[in-house]
Parts: sequence; structure tokens; C-alpha cells
Amino acid sequence: MIDPEMDRKIANAPKNDIPGWGVDADPENDPTYPMKHWNGADHERSHYEKAPQQPVNIEVFHSIERPNITRVFGTSTPPAGLSGAIRRQAYKYSEAQAAHWMMLIFADRVDVVQGIISDIRRGIFPNFIAEAGWRAEWKYNRKKLIRRVAVKVLTVAAVIVWMSRKRKKSML
Amino acid sequence: MLAMNYRGPFRIRADRNRPEPKIEHPYDAIVRVTRSLICGSDLHIYHGLVPDTRVGMTFGHEFTGIVEEVGSGVQKLKRGDHVLVPFNVACGTCPFCKQELYGNCHEANPGATALGGFFGYSHTAGGYDGGQAEYVRVPYADVSPTKIPEGMDIEDAVMLTDVTPTGYQAAEMGGIQKGDTVVVFGAGPIGIMSARCAWLFGAGRVIIIDELEYRLEFARKYAYCEAYNFREMDDPVLFVKKTTDWLGADVVIDAVGCEATGSKLQNILGKKLMLQAGNATALHWAINSLKKGGILSIIGVYGPPWNLIPIGSIMNKGITVRTNQASVKRLLPKLIDHVMAGRLNPKGLISHRFPLEYVSDAYRMFSDKLDNIIKPLLIPPRAFTA
Repeated sequence: MIDPEMDRKIANAPKNDIPGWGVDADPENDPTYPMKHWNGADHERSHYEKAPQQPVNIEVFHSIERPNITRVFGTSTPPAGLSGAIRRQAYKYSEAQAAHWMMLIFADRVDVVQGIISDIRRGIFPNFIAEAGWRAEWKYNRKKLIRRVAVKVLTVAAVIVWMSRKRKKSML
Repeated sequence: MLAMNYRGPFRIRADRNRPEPKIEHPYDAIVRVTRSLICGSDLHIYHGLVPDTRVGMTFGHEFTGIVEEVGSGVQKLKRGDHVLVPFNVACGTCPFCKQELYGNCHEANPGATALGGFFGYSHTAGGYDGGQAEYVRVPYADVSPTKIPEGMDIEDAVMLTDVTPTGYQAAEMGGIQKGDTVVVFGAGPIGIMSARCAWLFGAGRVIIIDELEYRLEFARKYAYCEAYNFREMDDPVLFVKKTTDWLGADVVIDAVGCEATGSKLQNILGKKLMLQAGNATALHWAINSLKKGGILSIIGVYGPPWNLIPIGSIMNKGITVRTNQASVKRLLPKLIDHVMAGRLNPKGLISHRFPLEYVSDAYRMFSDKLDNIIKPLLIPPRAFTA
């Protein structure tokens, strides 16, 4: 059975008793240099000087791979509605779990629908054409844009025709 | 204020009704944005590929601005200073910052331990609104923001917030020795800058590989390098082997990331079915193009959770993999010197300039590579008001 306290004691014990400890240590054998100027700071572990805590006035999710939130954080777009509920669940899993990321991506898609509903509630009907930058597409890539629109229109038309035929058949 | 507003994949708007940011921490500053760039990695969030990208967010992690207000704890900056703001939000006191890993700060991003904090790059990167706006909140204002040196062009300054240090670090991580053959996959702004910077380390040959002819043409002139189109090759790996006396390149830089093309299998798994984090074809080619004992520098962005790459070849060939987000603050003194001395010309990469109001068109053009676009710049309407 794992005993974290015992393991920590072993980890913190003086190394002098271990034969050969450090004899081959070579500061130049450091593939992270020059990205990292090694000065041992990461051996301080979590006992480092920290900034004051930013007041937490909104719901902030934090990775469960750290004990708490960071001293500063972004306050853009706090979690809301169904997408927020999904994100809340997602942050119960570590970053190593696919469930964490897949749920967040799913929440992002739900958020798009929430965004449209929220726009309409505020009296804004989203201008999908402008938002998608189709003005630029029309100017510089007209043929591709027309082809793309045609494919979408034909696909929707085909689905409508297929659905209406299916309905007629079931009525007969 | 006017700001870019994300509404969903491939949908953004220039929104005039965004609330102005305010001081939320003693170490904050509020900056009035003077220039802002769209980064190739912004396209990953624009395409909806980065988890926890919330509707209503403002993107933008490459910007300059004038300090409008500072928090009670800020000592180095004052109102009126014109600063370039590195994309890394960094505290300066955590173990990683203290070792100059400013891109890996441990006190800037609650949402993920694998990433530092970045402006305008989803809640996976800290949930900060970004600089594609008239105003932006800048945390830890005493640490990374740097006053723009007198005489430096503002467009050079804004290019020092990400693309130049990132391209430089990609070359630096390659551990390039004099005479080395360096292959760069991807002729986007970062790839072109990496190719340009590879010469600073003494490369003997620099080869850039992409599929867009106009970008290859640009790279040839801007980065003085050989440029090849992989669409004209049966197999890019075989091409690199042949052109390096069948040994492979000494150093390969992956400057593409998760939105590569060139493999139908990777496309279906990564982009259509989302069973891996995008398309890792460039990384696959990079590993296979290296010589035994070569160095792989990964600067292209890959998202969680995983990607299909030939890890066995990394082991069997004894490849050293070096990768990280750029540590902008660490590199700034050297890069400012290179720019002021005329050794680097970052603003030469800027191909298009848009008023912030046209941000939707700018993203679409950059995403679809229209009008031979290389690097788009946004100019907010209040950039130069007193």
C-alpha cells in the first residue's frame, strides 16, 4: 500500500548515505538550456513568493492538478447555463483524462447555441454572413464561396425533399 | 468599447458594446491598444479546436498599447508609457518564471497546469480577454510589458510580442551548429521567421517546405532560404533524405502544428472525427526527415489530448525533442538589439492592415489564405487619440 508520508520522508532524507550520489551530475548536460536558466528554483516546490490573490467574484474553475486557483486569472465570460454546467463536470477530471477535454469541446458547441439565444433575447439577430467574413470571401474567393453555398443549399433541399417524401409514404 | 467578439467556430464580430476592462488586481494595468496582430494560432481557436473557448471572448495575444491606468502595486509602468506586451502572462516569482520559463508561469492560468497564461486564448489558457480590442487588462504589469525603445517602429514592436521571439526560439531550440542543414515545415509567419533566424545561429542550409506557392515565394525572398512545395513531391521525407546525402536533416523545425494537411488519414481522424488533436502530418514528416541523433524543434501548436506520431522512430533514431511556448521576456533584449541593428526586419512580414471594425473579414482572409496574406495587423479606432 502506498504511504505518501513515508515516501516524502525518504525523498527528503539526506543523500549522503547513497553510494555515489551526484558523482556524474553534469550541469552542462541540460537539454532544456537555453530555454531554461537552471537555478534550482523548481526544487523550492510550492514554497515560492506569491502575488496577492485576485478577488474571486465569479465562478472560476481550476484544474484538479493544482490545489487552488492561480493568484490572477481572466474574468472573461464566466460559466453560464447548460454549457457552464457541462464545464463544471469537465473540471472534475484531470487534464490527463479525455473526458475533461471532450466535455469542454462539447460545452463549447452548446455555448454557441446559448450565444444565439442570448443575442436574440437582447434584440440582436446575428448577422451570420458578416460574422463569417463572407464579404472578404466574396471579394477574393467568389467561385469557392458560390460552390460552398450551392453545396449547402442543395444538401438542405435534398434533406427536405427526402423528409417530405418519407412523411407522405407514412401517411399512405 | 469596440472589441472582437467570438460567437462560435468561424463566427466573430466587431462589437461596439463590449465593457471596458477594469483593474482587478494591484499588479494590473489597463492598456489602450495601438496595434494588434492576428496570429496563426488564433486560427485554432477561431476554428473551434481549442477546448473551453467560450462565446463572448475577445481574442488577441500580440499587441502594443499605451498605459492608461495602473494598479496600486505597479511600480515600473506609468500612465502614458507605450509598451509592447508579450503574449505570456507571467508572475515573475514562481519557480518557472525565476528560471526564465515565462511561457510556463504557474500563477497565471487556473484552468490547466499544462499551459501558462496567454491573453485572449480560451479558458484553457487562463480566460483573459485579449488585445483585439480598444482596451485590455494586463495582469502582472511590472513583469513582462516592455516600453517600446525610442526609434523603434510600432509595427516592429508589435511583431516582438510573439511571432519574432517564437520564430527565434524555434531556431534556438534546434541547437543549430555552424553548417547544419535546417528543414522548416510550414511557411506561415512563424515558419518564415524560424527560417530567417536559423541563419543567425550559423545554419549552412535552410529549407522551408509548404504547399502554398505564394508563401514559398515570399519565404525565398524574406528568409533567403530554399523553398519547396510538398504537393510537387511524392514523399517529402524522401525528398529531404535525398537532398541531405541520404542521412536526413540535422535539425527539423515543425512550424505547422495541428492544422496540417498532406495526409487523408490524419485529416479524417483529427479534423473530421476529432479522435485526435487535429492533423499531425507535419510532425510525422519532421520526425522521419531527421538524421539519427538529430534535433526536433516543435513550435507548432498541438492541443490536448493526443496525436498520432511515430514515437518509436524518436527512440530508435535517438532524436532529441525540444519544444516550448516562447519565453518572450527572456528573448526581448537580444531581439530588440537585432531589430535596432537591422539584422531582423519583423514588420516585413506584415502583409495586410485592417481597421479593427473589419476583424471578421481579416480572420476569414487569414483562415482561407486569401489575397496572398502572410500576417494581418488590426488597428483600433482609438489607437492614436490623446
